[in-house]
Amino acid sequence: MVVTPKRSPFMLVVHAITFLLVATWFLPTLGLFVTSIRDRDQISVSGWWTALTGATQSKVFRAPGADGQKEQGGAFVISAHVFNGGQGRVSAFGISSLAPRAYQPGQSVSLRDGSVLTLRADGILTIESAKRITRRRGQRVFLEATLPPRFTLENYGEVIGAENLSQSFFNSLAVAVPATVFPIIIAAFAAYALAWMEFPGRRVVLVGVVGLLVVPIQMTLIPLLTVYNQIGAYWGGATKSYLGIWMAHTGFGLPLAIYLLHNYMAGLPKEVIEAARVDGATHLELFYKIVLPLSFPALASLAIFQFLWVWNDLLVAIVFLGAGDEHLVLTGRLNNLLCTHGGRWHILAASAFVTIAVPLCVFFGLQRYLVRGLLAGAVK
Amino acid sequence: MEQLILGLLAATLGVGGSVAYFFIANSILDRIYPVSTSSSNPKIQSLLTRNMRISGAVRPWLFVLPALLFLTTFLVYPIVKTAQLSFFDASNGRFVAFDNWQWLFFDAGFHEAMLNNTLWLIVVPTLATFLGLVIAGLTDRIWWGRIAQSVVLMPMAISFVGASVIWKFVYDYRAEGGQQIGLLNAIVVFFGGEPQAWITLYFWNNFFLMVILIWMQAGFAMVILAAALRAVPEETIEAAVIDGAGPVHIFFRIKIPQIWGAIGVVWTTITILVLKVFDIVFALTNAQWNTEVLANLMFSWMFRGGGHFGRGAAIALVIMLLVIPIMIWNIRRANLEMKDH
Repeated sequence: MVVTPKRSPFMLVVHAITFLLVATWFLPTLGLFVTSIRDRDQISVSGWWTALTGATQSKVFRAPGADGQKEQGGAFVISAHVFNGGQGRVSAFGISSLAPRAYQPGQSVSLRDGSVLTLRADGILTIESAKRITRRRGQRVFLEATLPPRFTLENYGEVIGAENLSQSFFNSLAVAVPATVFPIIIAAFAAYALAWMEFPGRRVVLVGVVGLLVVPIQMTLIPLLTVYNQIGAYWGGATKSYLGIWMAHTGFGLPLAIYLLHNYMAGLPKEVIEAARVDGATHLELFYKIVLPLSFPALASLAIFQFLWVWNDLLVAIVFLGAGDEHLVLTGRLNNLLCTHGGRWHILAASAFVTIAVPLCVFFGLQRYLVRGLLAGAVK
Repeated sequence: MEQLILGLLAATLGVGGSVAYFFIANSILDRIYPVSTSSSNPKIQSLLTRNMRISGAVRPWLFVLPALLFLTTFLVYPIVKTAQLSFFDASNGRFVAFDNWQWLFFDAGFHEAMLNNTLWLIVVPTLATFLGLVIAGLTDRIWWGRIAQSVVLMPMAISFVGASVIWKFVYDYRAEGGQQIGLLNAIVVFFGGEPQAWITLYFWNNFFLMVILIWMQAGFAMVILAAALRAVPEETIEAAVIDGAGPVHIFFRIKIPQIWGAIGVVWTTITILVLKVFDIVFALTNAQWNTEVLANLMFSWMFRGGGHFGRGAAIALVIMLLVIPIMIWNIRRANLEMKDH
């Protein structure tokens, strides 16, 4: 390692640039998360960063007119709360659009008809007049106020209940679990054979697997969809079924699974295997008693990768499971919401977070295995 | 909820079934061609040897058979079939020879997609690899490097659609004068600029979409390249230090030349992903404002107006052809590695 003094200007630059880069990577996700727990009205009027510090806004409030006046102690009074019962602090106000911040909270202003208007910092507005107030339309008051950020879990409630996200959650889980487990089992046996058994054609299969690793899924969709449709028509049942998507994901996931597991198994210490063979172990026993337990790290990495891949997948789900409401997986549902609820961020943010909650948990909990898998060549 | 139970049941059955297959197939093989016996009759011994040979030759195929079946059914057959289908009409009924290809050659949507894909292919792998390299190099030297790497890697775990929502929020646009709630426009306004509807700006919107993919893939590049950097032999670095080289010089002149292999792997892997990605464009713009890419175009033609499978197949084949150079390179490398075994 090159030794540089810890506090040299060079290290400072390193820290600074790294911080900028990390911030760029972190802020977008943070923004969406903060938005998902914000009050829905606040989302559309102030940036999410203000929720962490408090937002100053300009508002226009129209006080009640002559109908709202009451007679109190010899004077006629109109009173109102500019925050409509909510919280806030007025920092400045005005009665003309030309000077919207002319007055401090607590000050009194004389209006044209002789009445006196006072706006307090806590938002209570009073207009007092000795004689009856005659103007029918209420006085417009311009004010600058700081609204405290309001956090809530309502958005999540709405999204899980009304938008049928919980159904999609279970759909995603129902697709992902078998689609993770099948390929691993099948690949484990194949990888063992490719690593520790001698047979002609072994190299051809391996080379084939490597080649298949990069094949784009688009090449497989049309024929498979046609076949599924034909099978479905023959059996008279629905063409889009869970069995179909499980099989498809198994097929798509096998090249990577075999590649990863083969590399790992081939790297296991030869002596252990040889010793067991000498002791008379059959290949099957070798497999499930020695090689499989030793391959646990690779199996774990593979499981995580396959699970994330299937959970995050959109294309295969739409094609093989359909976009019908009850079959939609989380990614499909989120995509729909993007199209139909374009600007309603309180819904979009909460939905997005429900969708990415599971992958994030998997990531933070099992990052070690994810990294190891990446290093072993797990890429799709 | 029923689907979940169905899923768990299927998983158990599937696992149980496959395991059962392997064990049963193995037993049957051993039944037919037994390899051990208590007798010491020499004739039986030679029979055993013969059995061992036969079962030794058959057994591997038992192990790989399910995998081969799945691979053939779900990958090899469809690839060949899709190539064939590109010469057929919309519902795969009539053979139309080069009609689809002729249409493709002149189609405006295809031109737009090819142009955009070229941009994507040039920008995304390069920037993602470069950023991954920079972050790997930087985080290696600081005490909070692990946390930084974790943050940068995190976007790899989420779906493309999720990332699209996150960035759509960053790119949000409000008319000038209104309070900006999108981070990018807020920054632009803060520095005195005018807010823009970034995703709708012709030509430049592609780059804003690319940012999403770069954001997601730089972490992958970082992980691979960080490991590669750590694997650079100490002696080469020490020699440079003795010669008086500074850290920057060492990074660019000593370390990077020795990790070209890893850079190549990262670069090609991301390239393939760029060709396959359809979710980002599909979710954010659905090809409006000239953002069409091949993967999205193929999807459109698969389902547009009932679906034109012939054209969809042609487009898929184009994607495949673009991937083939990388496939050959990978196969060559794998072959070389296997020769060393």
